[in-house]
Amino acid sequence: MLGLNSKDFTLFLVVVVLVIAAPILLNPFPSDSAFAQFNAGYPALMQRFVIFGILVIGFNILFGLTGYLSFGHAAFLGVGSFAAVWMFKLLSYNIVPAVLLSVIVAGLFSVVIGYVSLRRSGIYFSILTLAFAQMMYAIAYSDLLGKFFGGIVTNGETGLQVYNDDPQILMSPGDPTVPHLFGWEMNSSFTWDVGGWSFVFQNGYYLSGILMLASFYLAIRIFRSPFGLMLRAIKSNQNRLAYTGVSSRPYALAAFVISGMYAGLAGGLLAAMDPLTGAERMFWTASGEIVIMSILGGVGTLIGPILGAGVIKYMENIVSTINDNVVHGWFAFMPDGIENILVTVIHPFIGKGWHLTLGLVFMAVVIFLPGGLVEGGQRLGRLFERRKVEEKPPTATTEPAE
Amino acid sequence: MGILEVKGVNKRFGGLQALGNVNLSIAENTVHAIIGPNGAGKSTLLNVLVGKLIPDSGSVMFDGQSVLGRKPHEINQLGISRVFQTPEIFTDLTVLENVMIPCFAKRDGAFRMHAIESVGHEVDIKTQAETMLADVNMLEKSNMHAGSLSRGDKRRLEMAMCLVQEPRLLLLDEPTAGMARADTNNTIDLLKEIKAKRDITMAIIEHDMHVVFSLAERITVLAQGTPLVEDTPDNIKGHPKVKEAYLGEAAH
Ligand SMILES: Nc1ncnc2c1ncn2[C@@H]1O[C@H](COP(=O)(O)OP(=O)(O)O)[C@@H](O)[C@H]1O
Ligand SMILES: [Mg+2]
Repeated sequence: MLGLNSKDFTLFLVVVVLVIAAPILLNPFPSDSAFAQFNAGYPALMQRFVIFGILVIGFNILFGLTGYLSFGHAAFLGVGSFAAVWMFKLLSYNIVPAVLLSVIVAGLFSVVIGYVSLRRSGIYFSILTLAFAQMMYAIAYSDLLGKFFGGIVTNGETGLQVYNDDPQILMSPGDPTVPHLFGWEMNSSFTWDVGGWSFVFQNGYYLSGILMLASFYLAIRIFRSPFGLMLRAIKSNQNRLAYTGVSSRPYALAAFVISGMYAGLAGGLLAAMDPLTGAERMFWTASGEIVIMSILGGVGTLIGPILGAGVIKYMENIVSTINDNVVHGWFAFMPDGIENILVTVIHPFIGKGWHLTLGLVFMAVVIFLPGGLVEGGQRLGRLFERRKVEEKPPTATTEPAE
Repeated sequence: MGILEVKGVNKRFGGLQALGNVNLSIAENTVHAIIGPNGAGKSTLLNVLVGKLIPDSGSVMFDGQSVLGRKPHEINQLGISRVFQTPEIFTDLTVLENVMIPCFAKRDGAFRMHAIESVGHEVDIKTQAETMLADVNMLEKSNMHAGSLSRGDKRRLEMAMCLVQEPRLLLLDEPTAGMARADTNNTIDLLKEIKAKRDITMAIIEHDMHVVFSLAERITVLAQGTPLVEDTPDNIKGHPKVKEAYLGEAAH
């Protein structure tokens, strides 16, 4: 179906359903319950899930298939955001030109950076990409371009946003003053109250979600194509590939540019959800987060990176908001002494300590599940399979692992 | 004129003259063996032929075109394939994928943006790869990871990857090293079959004299980076210089 084999098609359908139903699925706890804290089904966070999903899906085409570990991918996200905000400033709040330019500009940057960085492999490649990204961060943070040309380009520490006196030459009176798709405003939403629950369906989330599905679909096609096979061959044995008559450089560069454009799309969408941006989006920790997302989810698998992005964004936004009072609330039913001990034990892992939790989860995954969360899923799946096989006569065929 | 003409090739590694004034002509559609003691420069010569090393001086012409200065993938695209002394395969991919990649390279050239159609829909390529795998008796291992093959199977797979491209010149660096006797004989039979089926020139480096004398039509003896003699297998067997420089050494 859709040019996918049945296994990939099923996976794609599952993701489609999850994206559509996320506002409900991610809000399992009634709004006034103690656990409402853990609900992730609010637009700002769901947008992040799918937008960072796009970013990591693209990153995985480079890192997962070719093995080239870019340590500067956030730079492409950053230029995508700057390009989009500039379109808002110059043209109008319509997101079509903004997102298109984000992808194009990120693509151009990745051609140059990829061309230079791919002259080296392994750790040297990673360091080169990191160096480029940090240079771009430094340029954006002190707005060197603006100083050079006179005026503002990235607006330094303040960050770039849209002002009332910006040209916005395509704006007519009455046009929305927030990012929109031909009048369909990104931040409008529809709220559905049932029982104690309140589900929010937001335009911006669904637009990003659709683009993530399109990105995911394209990634599956790339994974299964002869191009994808060549990329995997690069990871496996470049020497043999060369003596087989294949020039690996243009393949690797194509993968680099594709993944850079995915990052640009993600950057453009971040700006489309909230029309401002700053240099910190390009900082090296942001690039590191992309690497961690991929490894946590499962490098080189189709669904892994999306899972990794989800887990990290969840922890960043949910675990970081839990404070001691909340924990006291959970354990209020216990005797005071025990309650206090529990709170003291949990304290370092919540709120600002969410990085500690993330670090421990990351270590556990890398040590016990080197294939990431996807490997965890596969192990669970095999466990079930074995149970089923014991009940029924063995008919299960083994298929290559996802 | 041979299909491959090596003239006056020199290569030094620091103070070591690995190749000294090598002249070699390999006639089209022959099996040409290059023998010589360890360190004679055989692998170095092969590295020069496939563009992995650039000689200090001399020329290497393949079918009238110079191969010097060309990148390995360009030399392959001219029609030269190489089997390495230690198997070079795609260990992370399946056996079938390993053989499909050279098929794609042959059909699509050094680079083609072929990013949407599924590999599974490339029926011709798949058939081609499977036919080749059947020829080397590895069809039932199609879906195995190449990395998990035995050493002998890895060599056969690498040979299949080279042969499926139908190269005009096949370079083999000790193709039976580390193989059991039975596998060695299978390899000899396979190469003979290929040779009988179609036009192909082979340059084979080999330590095993059984292999050399089963296959070769011409033999060049290399010692200390310089060709000592070149002749037919029968004449080489009795050549005093060869006995002294090589066969004598190999006997103990
Ligand atoms: N890359 C290299 N750097 C330095 N010396 C080398 C290199 N490759 C080969 N040699 C030396 O050149 C000589 C010929 O090596 P080689 O061609 O591998 O011999 P053979 O394949 O005939 O056993 C040896 O003395 C070897 O040590
Ligand atoms: Mg050798």
